[in-house]
Amino acid sequence: MALFSSLSERLNHIFSKLTKRGKLTELEIKTAMREVRVALLEADVNIFVAKKFIADVSAKAVGQEILQSLNPAQQVIKIVNEELIALMGSSNAKLEVADKPPTVILMCGLQGAGKTTLCGKLALLLKKQNKKPLLVAGDIYRPAAIHQLQVVGGKAGVEVFEKGTQSPVKTAKQAVEYARSMGYDTVIVDTAGRLHIDEALMQELENIQKEVQPDEILLTVDAMTGQDAVNVAETFNKRLSVTGVILTKLDGDTRGGACLSIKAVTGKPIKFIGVGEKLTDLEPFYPDRMASRILGMGDVLSLIEKAQEAVTEEQAKKMEKKLREASFTLEDYLEQFESLKKMGGIAQVMSMMPGMGKLKIKESDFDERRVERIKAIILSMTKKEREKPEIINSSRKKRIAAGSGTNVQDVNQLLKQFEQTKVMMKQIRSGKRLPFMR
Amino acid sequence: MGFFGKIIGALKKTRDNISSKLAALFSRGIGDDFYDELEEILISADISVTTAEEIVGQIREEARREKLKDKEYVVNLLKDVIEDILNEAEVPDIQYPAVFMLVGVNGVGKTTTIGKLANYFVKEKKSVTLAAADTFRAAAADQLTVWADRAKVRIVKHEEGSDPSAVVFDAVSSAKAKNTDVVIVDTAGRLHVKANLMAELQKMDRVVAREYPEAHFYKLLVLDATTGQNALSQAKIFDETVDLDGIVLTKLDGTAKGGFVVSLCGELHIPVLFVGTGEKMDDLQPFDAEEFTEGIV
Repeated sequence: MALFSSLSERLNHIFSKLTKRGKLTELEIKTAMREVRVALLEADVNIFVAKKFIADVSAKAVGQEILQSLNPAQQVIKIVNEELIALMGSSNAKLEVADKPPTVILMCGLQGAGKTTLCGKLALLLKKQNKKPLLVAGDIYRPAAIHQLQVVGGKAGVEVFEKGTQSPVKTAKQAVEYARSMGYDTVIVDTAGRLHIDEALMQELENIQKEVQPDEILLTVDAMTGQDAVNVAETFNKRLSVTGVILTKLDGDTRGGACLSIKAVTGKPIKFIGVGEKLTDLEPFYPDRMASRILGMGDVLSLIEKAQEAVTEEQAKKMEKKLREASFTLEDYLEQFESLKKMGGIAQVMSMMPGMGKLKIKESDFDERRVERIKAIILSMTKKEREKPEIINSSRKKRIAAGSGTNVQDVNQLLKQFEQTKVMMKQIRSGKRLPFMR
Repeated sequence: MGFFGKIIGALKKTRDNISSKLAALFSRGIGDDFYDELEEILISADISVTTAEEIVGQIREEARREKLKDKEYVVNLLKDVIEDILNEAEVPDIQYPAVFMLVGVNGVGKTTTIGKLANYFVKEKKSVTLAAADTFRAAAADQLTVWADRAKVRIVKHEEGSDPSAVVFDAVSSAKAKNTDVVIVDTAGRLHVKANLMAELQKMDRVVAREYPEAHFYKLLVLDATTGQNALSQAKIFDETVDLDGIVLTKLDGTAKGGFVVSLCGELHIPVLFVGTGEKMDDLQPFDAEEFTEGIV
């Protein structure tokens, strides 16, 4: 995939480094934060935004929270994640509605951000909400842009208002009047893509704004945008005071760090995200999911959803407590295997976990018979042995092997696996609501 | 809103060019901070962290050998290092008859670039045929037709939604029959992570290779200068899919620097052939490593 090593791998690396040391010094946090900084930069978060973010989070982490915590590594990532979510704001996919219809929505952005397609998506969304939208062709510069909007409008079943290549300011004004007289309740004005430094075209947008007084001015930004996202967003916001942002092309493999940059400089909510070329591919923005994406934390959320079906809240809470108190026992280990079985196999679950890619877990490693064997071994242990596996010496191992119909090697393997799992679980517990750890 | 205020202040700083930033750096002497800030300057031009670290590493090395005397010295050193990396990827000589296939993700400016390329070859006194093989995006063929008219070149197109490989087949057959020097194939924008769309691209690739083996076939990836580190992922996957011959870097007339091409040249050895600097037909130039470096530093 990307040329740089994946962020989740990097972070897991930090996890393991931090976990091994127990207590942390300020210097160690600083080292870890350097890695987080690289991670953010590789996700295209603007360098100044990243620096400021790191400074803020370090200040929170270095103080009491980290040093007093029993699981400092998780705590660091928890703070990083929470701060990211907080910065990106709450989920807010609502569009402003004018007191007196029609509501006017003005779209703006650079060339190729995906405005025209987005116009169609928004129109369809509004139509589904029983609104009566009108699309307005305000891009008179790009060849065939009007036709493109007509095709998109046709697919969405929404009328397109166009007046050829006359001034888009005039067209927008006429469109609003038309909408008022024809009973359309929402007017979506498509505009030509323009560079934020193109004085004439920025002036044109300001003129449209003055003329039609939009209720929403939505800045469309390509999620793959790099460091320059801040310049673009800041300039558009300054000239037009945008009301919201829509990120497009999030169906690619971009980490979407531009999202954080834009939010940081404009302070405006991200209202929707575009996730495909179909007109229905428009979704509300979830800051927590975006945070995981920027940090490369894997699809933790869908994992949680799956886990919640299989593990009761009660069980999960118990498990987390055990983990935190480092009292995770072989009995819990067994319980987990059974939960995993309910969740559709361990390979599937692992593939959704961040940083698990390199563990290369094959489905066959976890076949039914093996789970049965593990079960047999654990059940052949005494209660004390299950709680404190370190007391299992070679004579105990022989007894367990005989009791479970396996051999000492199998017992050793299980104990080793259990130890690894304990380490791994410490590493991946990000502080979010991870399953069977909380 | 302390967070936002500080960021905007910091951004104003980036807009000053590197040279003036370096002057400020020098006044504080050369230490770790100096190198850190040098690295930040490169990163804010979208040069990847890894590449920025390498470049700064080279300059550190140089500093150990020879005292970094003054600002000009460091600026020139920086330019040299970047230019050397850019030159690691060799630019091919274009031979005729030629087929160019332009590929890339959505919205990078493929169709506009083709219009400009057509004009470029017309000016070189070559005959040109365009193939409107973006049969997916609404009105893409119409858009390309406008460009064909502007550049006064032929265009082969089918209906929207038809098989793009069939368009390529027709364009190539027609070019062969008419002894056309240059065929330029427009393709639909596609995200590199969509396997089925990448397979479609491979099919078009095969059609050209099979039907027109005597032509020199250049597959160019169009990259938007505004893009960040994802450009590396795009280049890598498109290269794996169709074996790229070069890059066209578009939208360099904005404030983005397109620094990711430094990593592309250095790591993937894919050369930049052209740069796009506007929406007019003449806004396309062959890539000049020196000029590009000036833009960054």
